[in-house]
Amino acid sequence: MAETATPANPETLRAARRSPASHLAPTFESGSVAGTVALKEIPFQTMVGVRVDRASDAGARLASVTGGLPAACGEVSGDERATTLWLGPDEFLVVAPESAHDSLGGDLVRALVEALGDDPGQVVDLSANRTTFELSGIRARDVLEKGCSLDLHPRAFRTGTALATEIGNIPAMLLKTGEDSFRIFPRASFADFLGRWLLDGMREFASPEVP
Amino acid sequence: MLLISCPNCGPRDETEFHYGGQAHVAYPENPDALTDRQWAEYLFYRDNTKGAFAERWVHSTGCRQWFNMLRDTVSYDIQAIYKMGEPRPDANTTAATTSEGATK
Repeated sequence: MAETATPANPETLRAARRSPASHLAPTFESGSVAGTVALKEIPFQTMVGVRVDRASDAGARLASVTGGLPAACGEVSGDERATTLWLGPDEFLVVAPESAHDSLGGDLVRALVEALGDDPGQVVDLSANRTTFELSGIRARDVLEKGCSLDLHPRAFRTGTALATEIGNIPAMLLKTGEDSFRIFPRASFADFLGRWLLDGMREFASPEVP
Repeated sequence: MLLISCPNCGPRDETEFHYGGQAHVAYPENPDALTDRQWAEYLFYRDNTKGAFAERWVHSTGCRQWFNMLRDTVSYDIQAIYKMGEPRPDANTTAATTSEGATK
């Protein structure tokens, strides 16, 4: 899988792509309430699925590429260049900016494939599997709580942790990036549904509060 | 809705899980030696216990790991959650299990 087709000009590739929620971009903009809650899509992030035993040599080599592999549910490791989320005891998702992808001049996937080598495990380019929504603002948690049964109170769900759960009855990863900002990773086929679900949840905050 | 404590992720809603049927159904040591009836019983016949029942669950929208659960089929009380491959723990004696004595 390492041989990702690289077009002569990466700009050709960029121009041809459509992100899963690109058709909702104007709606996200008009549905966002300035200073209260905002929703936008962060398209085309590089995502790599990694399955490896953390305690093995291959796990140590992969950890040196990603900046550590998280040890338990909720933990996140790495930095803004590559963030690694815990999906399971031997399953991780590496999320990096678009430019890290091999077809756009980066080397993240190749570096991970080389780190794994021939050892048991897998490294799969999953960049097209999920898209990223960023929900932010003082009402972001209220919007999420309409469709997510986890305890999202800051004392239970801390900044810099991520959980795999259900949001609006669909499976998604939820990453808390700041006190009032969340990143949601739904699968591409659910992006339209979840985008509209979140917009619906945001609607009430556009109206003046009923005393 | 049940609140199930995933061994990896902690308490989550039942909707995040999928059911995997009766636990501790061992694959026959020598399947070739079985009669059709014995093979059918291995494949399709399961206990229909009233009371404590050991069953498999998978946290499908979380860590995607399987685990075993000892659940009371009358009261839905979850008595134990343990790893795949571990022996079944003893059931707590509850009103539901003692009244009919249906546990196996």
